[in-house]
Amino acid sequence: MEHQEEYNWTIEAKTSLFDLKFSEVWAYRDLLWLLVRRDFVSFYKQTILGPLWFFIQPLFTTIIFTFIFGNLAGISTDGLPKPLFYMAGITAWNYFADCLTKTSTVFRDNAGIFGKVYFPRLIMPLSIVVSNLVRFGVQMILFLIMMGYYYFTGANFNISWAISLFPVVVILMALLGLGTGMIISALTTKYRDLAFLVGFGVQLLMYATTVIYPLSEAVKKYPAYAWIIEYNPMTPIIETFRYGFLGEGSFSWGGFGYATLVTLLLLIFGTVIFNKVERNFVDTV
Amino acid sequence: MSKIAIKAENLSKAYQLGQIGTGTISRDLERWYARLRGKEDPFLRIGESNDQYSKSESNVVWSLRDISFEIEQGDAVGIIGRNGAGKSTLLKILSKVTAPTTGKISGKGRIASLLEVGTGFHPELSGRENIFLNGAILGMRKKEIQRKLEEIVDFAGIERYLDTPVKRYSSGMYVRLAFAVAAHLESEILIVDEVLAVGDAEFQKKCLGKMGEVSKGEGRTVLFVSHNMASVEQLCKKGIYLSNGKIKNADNINVIIDDYLNCENANTSSYESKVDKKDGNFLKIDLFEESGKKGNVFFNDTKPYLLIKYQLNEDVNNFNVGIIVSNSLNANIYSSADTDLNPSLTSLKKSGTYYVRVPLSVLNLNNGNYKITLLMGIINTTLFDEVSLDFTIQNNNYLNTGHRGGILLNIVKWDYLPK
Repeated sequence: MEHQEEYNWTIEAKTSLFDLKFSEVWAYRDLLWLLVRRDFVSFYKQTILGPLWFFIQPLFTTIIFTFIFGNLAGISTDGLPKPLFYMAGITAWNYFADCLTKTSTVFRDNAGIFGKVYFPRLIMPLSIVVSNLVRFGVQMILFLIMMGYYYFTGANFNISWAISLFPVVVILMALLGLGTGMIISALTTKYRDLAFLVGFGVQLLMYATTVIYPLSEAVKKYPAYAWIIEYNPMTPIIETFRYGFLGEGSFSWGGFGYATLVTLLLLIFGTVIFNKVERNFVDTV
Repeated sequence: MSKIAIKAENLSKAYQLGQIGTGTISRDLERWYARLRGKEDPFLRIGESNDQYSKSESNVVWSLRDISFEIEQGDAVGIIGRNGAGKSTLLKILSKVTAPTTGKISGKGRIASLLEVGTGFHPELSGRENIFLNGAILGMRKKEIQRKLEEIVDFAGIERYLDTPVKRYSSGMYVRLAFAVAAHLESEILIVDEVLAVGDAEFQKKCLGKMGEVSKGEGRTVLFVSHNMASVEQLCKKGIYLSNGKIKNADNINVIIDDYLNCENANTSSYESKVDKKDGNFLKIDLFEESGKKGNVFFNDTKPYLLIKYQLNEDVNNFNVGIIVSNSLNANIYSSADTDLNPSLTSLKKSGTYYVRVPLSVLNLNNGNYKITLLMGIINTTLFDEVSLDFTIQNNNYLNTGHRGGILLNIVKWDYLPK
């Protein structure tokens, strides 16, 4: 007579594509916070300026952009003060770009840990998104300070109702970066070709997003090609961000809905493919 | 009835050899197409067992092939085998680091695996922060770590350095801290790879003690991989002997270790030189049982001996031949030389070929694997040649002592005295 033992785990060669182990991720939530803390603390250990370094990169980028694109090239900023316009774009774009690039190398960067101990791999990209959120938060403070400065010097901008969409905008940026990053990370474990693309691709993608110019300007100047920019899911997100805080920008529910849909699809696809690759990547990375 | 903690069924793992690059993509596409049609992976079929020492045409190897076993709850199981036998692969699959190619493992209870100490330690963070981080990576909740913090710090003995970044730690402190975290993880199954190789002897003993405590006292299941037979024997009750990705034997640990040593040492019971050295060298060395039969497995109440044939190419002064017998931990047990009881041998020795018979003192040696190192040369000056042979002592359990630990097996009569 066969005696059926009660097992509470099994390791098998093949598992269902949609077994995403979210309950496991939840069980490891403490690890998520500790990793975020590690990233934050180790970032400014042994520096003099400490977390102030979070300010310096967007600040200098804004100054350079103001000179080159604003003054030298003379690209319109929808009538907004130039530094404020660029700062809004850079702050939002940086968050997305950081999430994307860091997530896309998550398997390679963590091969050492992943090869020696098991924990739900999804924790790693999630921790990246959350630690970048800390950074984003610090940069938002800088942006708000700048807004305050321009407000008191009487510059022409006003906060619109769309600012209430801010939490959604942040979540969308995070998830879009996460989803795309996970897809790339899964595709680069065996063949690393795509990793090269990400390096400069993200930089180029910035120019296909409305970071240094408003959408209205692109539509006006290149009506035939503006659809490329419009179909970029980051465009409606940044436009909404700018419209919310500065009152200028092309916001439409259609565009916003489109960005949400694309984000969710990429996220679902990314999670599934990430989980599939995660099981065996140690052998090929 | 004891319960099964881990059960593996037909477990296999294939690895791809060689570089991954432009050349491998066509094969990947072929595999993918085969899978799409629901067929077997065409490249896995031609794979062969993992004998690292032989060349082969196929570039897929089976690191593990159709392994099935059951491990009972509370057992300490030693997994032994030569390098590349599949031990680490098995542990990796068990710790879910990589998935098996085919087959399945089921089990009961949380697994803590220690394939490496200090995984995820961040050099910039303090000892305290790393305890939390490492503990969480191993699957502990924050509260759990908090509760055990004192115990961990105490075990590692790093209290003074708790708030110093671990990059300032000595390597010994680093390892102690890392092991301490892992050892205090509350899990039903503990998997340990050869992590104890680092750290000083005292700490190794402490770790082994802790692991023994874990399996005996707390009824946890322990899987332990090591090349150090002494620690495997000390810690484990049962053993699995892997060879070329298959289970060669699974039994009580003593049986397994004997089996392993017999199989792996068969080729070092004799020596024949292939090249001549400048001043002189050993030509042929054989080990014999008391009966005169060649062999290298002896009972410790017999009188085995060595026959040595060596040559000298020139006349030399102050020449001697010696042997050193050491145990598997490389501790010298005794040494002996031809000049010991015959000092006149140190005077001029003519060139030529010599034959010597050397009795091997194995009386009182405990069960285990030993090494004889043979040396010849000019005393304290030039070493002409050095050769090592292995032998194994098997106690015939005389006097019904059962198995004893220790280097020597010393059975003496104790006399109770009248008051």
